[in-house]
Amino acid sequence: MDLLSQIFVEPFALMVEMPDLLVQTLWEGFVSGVLYALIALGFVLIFKASGVFNFAQGIMVVFAALTLVGFYAMGVPAIGALVLAVAVMFALAWTVERVVLRPLVNQPDIILFMATFGLTYFLIGFGELVFGGEPKQMITDELMLPTGASDFEFGGGYVRIQHLDIAAAVIASIMIATLGVFFSKTRIGRALRAVADSHKAALSVGISLNQIWVIVWFAAGIVALVTGIMWGARSDVSFALQIIALKALPVLILGGFTSIPGAIVGGLIIGIGEKLGEFYWGPIIGGGIESWFAYVIALIFLLFRPQGLFGEKIIERV
Amino acid sequence: MNANTTVERVAAPQAAPVAQGGAAVVARPDAAAREVLLAVENVSLGFGGVKALTDVSFDIRKGEIRAIIGPNGAGKTSMLNCINGFYHPTEGRITFKGETRQKMRPHEAAAGGIARTFQNVALFKGMSTLDNIMTGRSLKMRANLFWQLVRFGPATREEVEHRRKVEDIIDFLQIPHIRKTPVGKLPYGLQKRVELGRALAMEPELLLLDEPMAGMNLEEKEDMSRFILDVNQEFGTTIALIEHDTGVVMDLSDRVVVLEYGRKIADGTPDEVKANQAVIDAYLGVPH
Repeated sequence: MDLLSQIFVEPFALMVEMPDLLVQTLWEGFVSGVLYALIALGFVLIFKASGVFNFAQGIMVVFAALTLVGFYAMGVPAIGALVLAVAVMFALAWTVERVVLRPLVNQPDIILFMATFGLTYFLIGFGELVFGGEPKQMITDELMLPTGASDFEFGGGYVRIQHLDIAAAVIASIMIATLGVFFSKTRIGRALRAVADSHKAALSVGISLNQIWVIVWFAAGIVALVTGIMWGARSDVSFALQIIALKALPVLILGGFTSIPGAIVGGLIIGIGEKLGEFYWGPIIGGGIESWFAYVIALIFLLFRPQGLFGEKIIERV
Repeated sequence: MNANTTVERVAAPQAAPVAQGGAAVVARPDAAAREVLLAVENVSLGFGGVKALTDVSFDIRKGEIRAIIGPNGAGKTSMLNCINGFYHPTEGRITFKGETRQKMRPHEAAAGGIARTFQNVALFKGMSTLDNIMTGRSLKMRANLFWQLVRFGPATREEVEHRRKVEDIIDFLQIPHIRKTPVGKLPYGLQKRVELGRALAMEPELLLLDEPMAGMNLEEKEDMSRFILDVNQEFGTTIALIEHDTGVVMDLSDRVVVLEYGRKIADGTPDEVKANQAVIDAYLGVPH
């Protein structure tokens, strides 16, 4: 009886009692949700266009951020380092296409998936070799990202909002919106979707698969860079960051592997659900549920919608 | 190579095509006398030990409708795949517009003006009819990634201009009502039509149709035949088609090449081919 009340009554009573705490939790959930959505977006981009589940997306986030910080540490001004980091992500996309995708074309999905495992460990090793393995500070100020926080009075208390979080939410939203429009309304976007649907038909209308693959991996690289900057600024830049990328998995399960809106909504549900769960229900079992609660949320959703929230319903004429 | 055919066609110039069926048939200049658009010379294609094509030679001339027929497994689709670069012949060469390329890749073939449709419709199922046909314009669009990202200036202008062309094609094929429908939901006959539209959007010089009428009912076949004739006559597009319905083939095509077990067994006008003993044997079987 006591436990039931702890689960079903007390958390909600607390929410009503202290609305400022609730808003604070929701906001923090929203911000991490947006960042999860960004990571998931990187997966979706590559999965849509090449059918590859890119396990290396997480390490790409770390690698991109490391490159940026690394170049700055070598004395390149911040903007220059940013440009160089973008260039490195392009070089990475090009190399992956040449060295990994092209020789493995038409191989079963699982082989391509394993290849991205290889890529992951290559990037870890290469990153450590060039930039060192110790955690680094993100160059937040130099990139002119806002720092500090503002307090707002709300419901008899204060809600504290980090300026950096606002910037993260805004930048991520712009990025997601741009990619969404790009995918649905432009020639290259159409070509990307075409490649996702049928390789041979795409080839027959003159779309070059190799070019498309470079473009998606580059786009995923840029997404990784932005995610790396934002996440790096909230904690620090270290290889541990790639664990966060695994949070994209429940997001993808929830949103469907091929849906951009799915990645966004899924990211928000996971982000907010996780923070609420941690804050209101976590204490019942002694806290620390944030690391696995996302998977529970995804599982619950899956019971009701196995194809995910926005996953493509498989239409097949028999 | 085609000496026989040429002589016979010249001997009886422009006699046949008066009014066959409803479509207005313009008196056609003799197909065999025209300029060669694509020449296939001694092409062989093998997969490991299996020979799909053996020493096949024929040509496709500007403005003609050329049919490739033959029993199942004769190598017809393999032939089309060689022409548009999906396969590379193991021996022999293919010359398109006077240019011989050893290994032409599919997107190079497309850029050169070769469009095609597939035996089992290959459309982008999740996309609308409009978007499917728009992909056919990919090669004609030039705005770079940057303008496309900001969706401003050249990219928008281009999008509008190509959209107009695509609308013309949609009207031509009489499918305006399914403009926004995801093609995966369309019945088979309409999917075939959308696929033709996508190929037409490329404004090809050579259009390869792999069984454009497979699985269609009579009415749909008549519609498709009319579209093929219209494309050929109004736009002057050269067409190479694979088809099993011999009636359709004989009505539509100027010249027919017949394959059996990967070898060419006959080549000529529909009437010549119909009278050819090797062709009759291939289709009806020979008593052993």
